[in-house]
Amino acid sequence: MKLKKNIAVSDSGFIFDPNSGDSFSMNPVGTEIVNLLKQEKDSDKIHDAMTKKYDVPPDEFNKYYLDFIQTLKQFNLMENDD
Amino acid sequence: MNKLKVTIAVTGLNNTDNPGPGVPVIRSLRESEAFDLRIIGLAYETLEPGIYMHNIVDKVYQVPYPSEGSGDLIKRLKYIQEREKIDVLIPNFDAELYTFMKSSARLHEMGIKTFLPTITQLEERHKSELPAFGKKYGVNVPKSKPVLKHSDIGKIRDDFEFPVMVKGKFYDAYYAFNEEQIHMHFNKISAKWGLPVIIQEFIKGTEVNVVALGDGKGNTIGAVPMRKQYITDKGKAWGGITLDNKEMLDLTHKIIGSTNWRGGMELELIKTSKNELYVIEINPRIPAWVYLAVSAGQNIPEALVKLALGEEVKPFDKYQIGRMFVRYSYDLMVDLKDFEKLSTTGEL
Repeated sequence: MKLKKNIAVSDSGFIFDPNSGDSFSMNPVGTEIVNLLKQEKDSDKIHDAMTKKYDVPPDEFNKYYLDFIQTLKQFNLMENDD
Repeated sequence: MNKLKVTIAVTGLNNTDNPGPGVPVIRSLRESEAFDLRIIGLAYETLEPGIYMHNIVDKVYQVPYPSEGSGDLIKRLKYIQEREKIDVLIPNFDAELYTFMKSSARLHEMGIKTFLPTITQLEERHKSELPAFGKKYGVNVPKSKPVLKHSDIGKIRDDFEFPVMVKGKFYDAYYAFNEEQIHMHFNKISAKWGLPVIIQEFIKGTEVNVVALGDGKGNTIGAVPMRKQYITDKGKAWGGITLDNKEMLDLTHKIIGSTNWRGGMELELIKTSKNELYVIEINPRIPAWVYLAVSAGQNIPEALVKLALGEEVKPFDKYQIGRMFVRYSYDLMVDLKDFEKLSTTGEL
């Protein structure tokens, strides 16, 4: 599962898709996850990093994480499924 | 660097909510480091805002509408030429292009150069000819049918599903969700722009555009894709952003390469959810949003003038992606004396 290569992500959580011209704003946690995706971290690594850093039960994180990935897919920001 | 002294005449000074490309074309030329410019504005109406922008135009002449016959227009241009020594003329209205193309030899005799598409190029990309264009050059186009009279409207029933687009041959486009609405739009459009009125299949997707320049030998000198971010009720871009879209650029190169397109061009495209591109219109001139391309690194009007002057122009190979524009309206204060002078003498 990879973020499209040409997607630009700023420190402030602003995403720009230069292919479609669409732009989106994320909250700090979303920005953190997208930055991990940009570094090509897989789901397990993202899961580990986020549950270690934040006080969140793994199952609950997983639910929100999958929702978030689904949203990124819906907005055509992800490469096709691996 | 020695700047080349050139006098350029430009039409389309109607910088209104349905903006002509004249003012942005001049703004682009004014930024050129290659030219020492004198700009002659050619206006059809006395309230075209560009007339009163004294930092944009050096002198303005009122000219007769091409619909009044090319003879009157040429006579007027001769008068202007005796005073101004115009080097290059850039027409910016679809409706005047045919007249200027037909008159290009006479303009050339007068010393006025143009860089326009050929009559064949102009005619084969007409909205009513779009299906044949798509077939000939292998590009996706919506199904279209020209309609000349009310009784033809009933005949499209089997060919189209509602909604359809009802379009004028030069400008204007409306959705129609039933036959009654087609009749209504037919009346409105035909009264304004004449016949035929075009019924076009509605393609669902995002509208994207490309401003481009062809050298007439099949080469694309410049091309910048853009997505309209804010569209007015007249369908005009009030905000837009440059895109990094290879498919749009490939399509532009394909069209310019296969038609040997000469001059400025605006491709109006629909990108469907399956990422297919449909050509819905090819405008045979520079669009009003051209300054976005200039600001992104491709001064297309400057390149067009160089081509008109017979200079060799290297194709642009890059532009800034994610460059945006947002239009605004502004109340320009006008001295009554200026209005009076233009109204009575036809010059300012």
